[in-house]
This record gives sequence, C-alpha cells and structure tokens, in this order.
Amino acid sequence: MSGILAVLEQRDGILHKLSLETLAAAQQIGVELNAGVFAAVPGSGIDAVAQTIAGYKLDKVHALDHDLLKQYTPDGYTAALKPLIEAHRPAYVLFPHTYQVRDFAPKLATALNRVLVSDVISHRADNGALVLVRQLFQGKFNADVRFAGEPPYFASIQAGAFRADNLQAGTAPVEKITPDLKSEQIRTKPLELFRESQRAVDLGAASTIVAVGRGIKEAENIAVVQKLADALGAELAASRPICDNGWLPMERQVGSSGQTVAPKLYVAVGISGAIQHLVGMKGSKTIVAINRDPEAPIFEVADYGIVGDLFEVVPAMVDALKR
Amino acid sequence: MKIVVAIKQVPSRDSQLRVNSSRTWIDDADFGWEINEPDAYALEAGLQLKEKVTGEVVVLCAGPERAGQTIREALAKGADRAIHIETDAAGPSDPLILARMMARALESEKPELVMTGLQSDDLGYGQTGVILAEVMGLPHATIIMNIEQAGAGIKVKRELEDGWFQYVEMPLPALVTVQSGATKLRYATLMGIKRAKTKEVRRVPAAELGAAGQASIRLDRIYTPEKTKHSQIFDGSAKEAVGKLVEKLRFEARVI
Repeated sequence: MSGILAVLEQRDGILHKLSLETLAAAQQIGVELNAGVFAAVPGSGIDAVAQTIAGYKLDKVHALDHDLLKQYTPDGYTAALKPLIEAHRPAYVLFPHTYQVRDFAPKLATALNRVLVSDVISHRADNGALVLVRQLFQGKFNADVRFAGEPPYFASIQAGAFRADNLQAGTAPVEKITPDLKSEQIRTKPLELFRESQRAVDLGAASTIVAVGRGIKEAENIAVVQKLADALGAELAASRPICDNGWLPMERQVGSSGQTVAPKLYVAVGISGAIQHLVGMKGSKTIVAINRDPEAPIFEVADYGIVGDLFEVVPAMVDALKR
Repeated sequence: MKIVVAIKQVPSRDSQLRVNSSRTWIDDADFGWEINEPDAYALEAGLQLKEKVTGEVVVLCAGPERAGQTIREALAKGADRAIHIETDAAGPSDPLILARMMARALESEKPELVMTGLQSDDLGYGQTGVILAEVMGLPHATIIMNIEQAGAGIKVKRELEDGWFQYVEMPLPALVTVQSGATKLRYATLMGIKRAKTKEVRRVPAAELGAAGQASIRLDRIYTPEKTKHSQIFDGSAKEAVGKLVEKLRFEARVI
C-alpha cells in the first residue's frame, strides 16, 4: 500500500485517547507526503470500534480480530501485526506513544529489522521524507531524526503532538482479518488489571495547582511549598520522583503515569520538566516555573518564570501574596 | 537464578550539557558520569531477587573505557562479576546494533533473567530492553515494579497508565525492564568497594562481536528547543522578581 498505517489502541471496545491523535497524525502526514492512510486495530470482538474508526477519512480499516487478542500480550500483538505490515508494505507505521506501545512496538520493529523512533513530539516533511523531532536528555535538547534504509519506518507519537480535533470525517471500508495465531505463540500470561487505592484527590478539578519536583531536595522541605499552595488556595501536586520517594502520596502525581490536569494556574517549583511531566500539565491556562537552571525545559512551556533558588523565591512569593 | 543486569553510563544528572560543534551529540567534556538512574533500580531489583532466591548477578555494560568506573560501582554494590563491551564511540549508538552486540556477548552466559532500566536518561528511547528480548528470543515485560518467583517462572507486577497495574506470569528465561522508584537504592559499603577490586570484569571489544550493520534511524541534528511560548522571565532579587510575578498574575493573567 506504501501509505501511512496508524496502529490504534483500544481496550474493551474503547479507543485509547491518544489513538485519535495518532490517526490525525496519519491523515496530516498522508496529505503532506501524498500517501494513502490506513488504520489497524487489534482486539477481540471489535466490530463497533472498527466502525467508529471507519467514520474518519481513511482508505481502509484493518480490524485484526481474534480471541487471543482479547487480552493484550506483546507476543500476540506482534504476531498479529507483523504479517499485515509484510503484506501491505506501508511506508510509515505510526503508533500512539502509550505504555502498551512502549511494550510491543520495539519488538515488532525489531522483528522486521527496523528501529522505532519513539516519543515523537513534532515533524516536518522534507522533500518527500519525514523528519521527526524527539527529545534527548530529559527534554534539555531536541533531535531531528531521519530514517535510513528501506521502509517500513516506525514511529510512536507523544500526546499533544497532533490535534484530534483536526481529524477529517469520512467513510472507510472495514476489512476484518482473523490473524493466524496459536495459543502456544503467546508466552506470557497476563492476569486481571487492578488499582491499588481509590483516588481521594481529584487534581483534575483544581483551579490552581502548585507542583513540586526534585529541586525540593528533602521531604522536610515540602512544607515550604505547602505554604505557597495555602497562600494561593491551591492543591499541592508533584512530579514522579517526589511520589516515588513517598514524600507525597501517588495520587498527587501529575504526568504520564499520574493525573492529567489543566488548571487556570499551574506553579511548577523545582521541576525540570521532563516530557513525562509536561504531557500531564501543559494544557494549563497559565504556567509559572521557578527553577534554578535557566536551561530547564519547564521554561519552554512557562508563561512566567523566575530563575533562582526556590528556597528564597517561594517564601518571598508567599510574603508578596499576603500583601 | 542467573541474572544479567544491563546498565548504561550517562552524564551525571546535574551536568551542564552543551551540544558539540558538529551538532551531532553533546560535548564530551567537563562533567561527571554515573549509572543511568533507571538501570540503578534494575540493579537493585536484581540484587534483591538474588538475595531471595540465591544465584548470581552479572552486570553487562557497553561503553568506552570510562564506563569501567560505573561497572566498578555496580560490583561494589554487590554484583558478582561484569561484562564490559568496549566501544570506542562516545556518541549515541543504534539500539538494534547495540542489542545484537549484547546478545552475542551473552551467548555463553545463558542467563535465566535479563533485567534493565525502562529507559535511559540520555537518548531516552525506552527500547533497548525490548529489542534485546526479541533479538535473544525471550519473552519480556516492561515497566515492572516487582518480581517474584512463581513455580518454574516468575510473576511480575507491571505498571499501566492512569494508576492501573497488572500481574503477568512469565516462563524463564525472560527479560524485564524495571520502573524507577519502586524500592530504595542501596549504597556500596566500604567492604563492597574493597571486594569489587578483585571481581571479574570480562572485557569484550565491540568489533569482536561482529554486530556492525546499517543503522535504520539516525540523529540528524541536536539543538536546544525553541520556546513554543513567549515566556516572561523576571530578574532581580527574589523579592523583586516575585513582586513582578504576582503583579502579572493579578493584572495580566488574572488568575489570582
């Protein structure tokens, strides 16, 4: 088909929210490279979700339907997708950058002797070839990445790189495929999904959030930032390392493994701004960054910033708010 | 259980990094190096598993000569021995070519469990573990919080998105990538540091592993990201800076 193939993720018939952004990426790149756009969705009993995908402007939807794909396994998904890619020979295979894709897409690419460009944040078309942008060194630098050798080329698309509201509606044919899978091909046995605790804090509902990161150095210092949260009437949140250390409960974590928030004011204190954190908060209306490193990536998304020692800046801000 | 933990040496976390003059990688001078943090958690998980079920922990590291320091530190923490794939390239390596080298270096080892961190702090591809599993023909699981022995295999706790988890049962041999932060990291003891000096480090020149090939992706250019937003940065003393910030928040953004 030599087009663009978007491999979409669903669970129990519900599309993952990043699936639509990846479909939008495929449509946009399809226009830029003048290529056909196709979608594939693996699962079991996925007629309804395939029809939903068929409501967008695509050349075809491949519904890979098999009992052995009911529960996700890297072996099952790879065995189902590899023959499809070999048969249709797309130029580009795009995935949403989800935990599940991180689990199987590198395996699938390796099985086809390729390397996936993971975590793509933007792109440009250059003389009919795609240049992808991804971050290095936890967001300190960006890199332009090009593919070498023959297609297919594999890439996973980070949240926010493409907008799902740009999706073009249409009517696509659905081809239902029963992949040739045997239970002995699937070596791992996934058990039930579970959550450890009910979430008592809904950061998504907070209008102001003060979030703290590694820069706070010690658990005792959390109080410094709590005072700022109190002065602003804000919920206190944190980046992953703070919650991993047990300095704040997991339910206060913002980022790809925590909550996604979009308050009217987000104050990031001592947070460098790795992509995993940024995807959870960059939709905030106003972002303030306080960090001692002027190169910290958090300043790229900040509306207002102060470069300085948080142990001086934060107490001074609490004083200023009282005035 | 014979456990291999693959680790990487990366620039120390607080290093001031600069892009090199050819814009292909970072300037390789003026900063320290340390174990990639997620790999430190993989090593810790490997050492804890060995303490529970007995066996051996072998550290595998590809890198130039300076990586020897990070290998010694892993041995000082309790790894039994190490394999150092000696590369001369200080720059980034293609993860598929690297995984093939690692698989070759492990051919004589026949590990039951291969572990590594879920991603590196420098390239951050988050793929080397999964690629290595495929190259070695092993089943794998990623972003693992906990590993326990279960019959002839293992049962691992996988982190999923949005606060969800899942247990996965796997046969051995297998490969897992380990999530950071699930446990506390140990420090090397004085005795450990002393012992590390006598532990075996098998050095394998990368060229001997015959895994060279054409990379299928290449880094074209590295640069400091352009700001997507027009940020206003406030200077002066802490008091002056926050004075300006609070005024903007009140009268320009009108969010407080």
